[in-house]
Amino acid sequence: MRINTHPILEFKRGAAVTITFDGKPIEARDNETIAVALHAAGIRNIGRSMNLHRDRGLFCAIGNCSSCMMIVDGVPNVRTCLELCRDGMTVETQHDKGVLA
Amino acid sequence: MIKTDLLVIGAGPAGLCAAVAAGESGKDVLILERSHTPGGQLVKQTHMFFGSEKQHAATRGFDIASILLDKLNAMSNVRMVTNATVLAAYDDGLWTADILGKYEKIMPQAVVCATGANEKSLAFPGCDLPGVYGAGAVQTLMNQYGVLPAERAVMLGAGNIGLIVSYQLLQAGVKVLAVAEGSARIGGYLVHAAKLRRMGVPIMTAHTVKAAYGKESLEAVTLWALDDKWQGIPGTEITYRADTLCVAVGLSPLSELLWQAGCKMLYVPALGGHVPYRDDNLRTSLPHIFVAGDAAGVEEASSAMVEGTLAGLSAAEYLNAAPADIKERKNDCLSQLAQLRSGHVGERISAGLELARIKEAAGIC
Repeated sequence: MRINTHPILEFKRGAAVTITFDGKPIEARDNETIAVALHAAGIRNIGRSMNLHRDRGLFCAIGNCSSCMMIVDGVPNVRTCLELCRDGMTVETQHDKGVLA
Repeated sequence: MIKTDLLVIGAGPAGLCAAVAAGESGKDVLILERSHTPGGQLVKQTHMFFGSEKQHAATRGFDIASILLDKLNAMSNVRMVTNATVLAAYDDGLWTADILGKYEKIMPQAVVCATGANEKSLAFPGCDLPGVYGAGAVQTLMNQYGVLPAERAVMLGAGNIGLIVSYQLLQAGVKVLAVAEGSARIGGYLVHAAKLRRMGVPIMTAHTVKAAYGKESLEAVTLWALDDKWQGIPGTEITYRADTLCVAVGLSPLSELLWQAGCKMLYVPALGGHVPYRDDNLRTSLPHIFVAGDAAGVEEASSAMVEGTLAGLSAAEYLNAAPADIKERKNDCLSQLAQLRSGHVGERISAGLELARIKEAAGIC
């Protein structure tokens, strides 16, 4: 959920774009990261653990922890906490180590 | 191949101040920042800073970032590149980076490593459930992007980060059910703790998380009391219906690049983990590599800024471009750091810093 009123901060929302998450369209802004856009849409389960295949969420949100890696436009192991949304971007859950095309 | 006089790694408070100080010398400075936005953790700090005027006291963190960036933008010899992750340091002085998805080689004359820190995690049943976040992650979501993590939160840790982020959760409209702190006393400033208590948030000292529960994501958190040997006491469990658990149990320095470059390292618990040995100029065991901020030992943003300035001055001196008043300016940095490190938390940090200090050839009067 996006914060609309805040006692201190004013949020400058970027242009509206649409990304797809596992085939579903998600409304996003071009100045927010993929992980943030998914959170705003109520999706917190974004990564998967490699061995036990348990769902993972954001942990650090600044590119350190690898908990949020997904396949973005066909490229695996993208840190979705750093990657900004672009219109038409395809985001998929990654279930394995990933293979580069 | 990119050539530069000084490479600054990281555009947080330490890196920005290092770039300002070194930039004033006229040398070419290249700042590489992993994120798409410079400022590091400053951009999500909504509270007013403490310290003195020199460290921008009474200014909110995100405003401090803007002040520093304005200074840098006015310098034509300083170049900032975002979306740039430094990948490796090689023996011959070469560094590599992923810059906007492209693999680049960089040959700098000197380096200031201001890579910051990593949030520590804690092992407990359910600790990997979506909804269990580092406290800084929640701060990023709320304060940088204006998105809520969820609705009902428990905070683990009553150091400054735990206290401040709890208050920021309240400001953003999230219910904070409790703050649990493993030690017997609140670690952060009491002014932050008092704000939470006035809002009716319980701060439970000598308590920690026993387990987190949830089918697909976090649904409940059980806390329990700790005895004086830090063991959970059966029968003291309290369970909260919570969809967010923030872990604020400290940070560890992001010092991997310094390891790789070959700097002599030391494990110092009081500084959060492995840190490079450094002299009073913040020069590591390698003459051309300097360190500043949390990468040198976890403290807070005010001391990171002063360390950044000191490292930037030292790097300029190494590059034979020291300003005329360098001795005064360095001594001013050192006295600011001594002031920031007074108090009981500072004592522990100072003792840790002493362990990693290169004593000879400091060159400071």
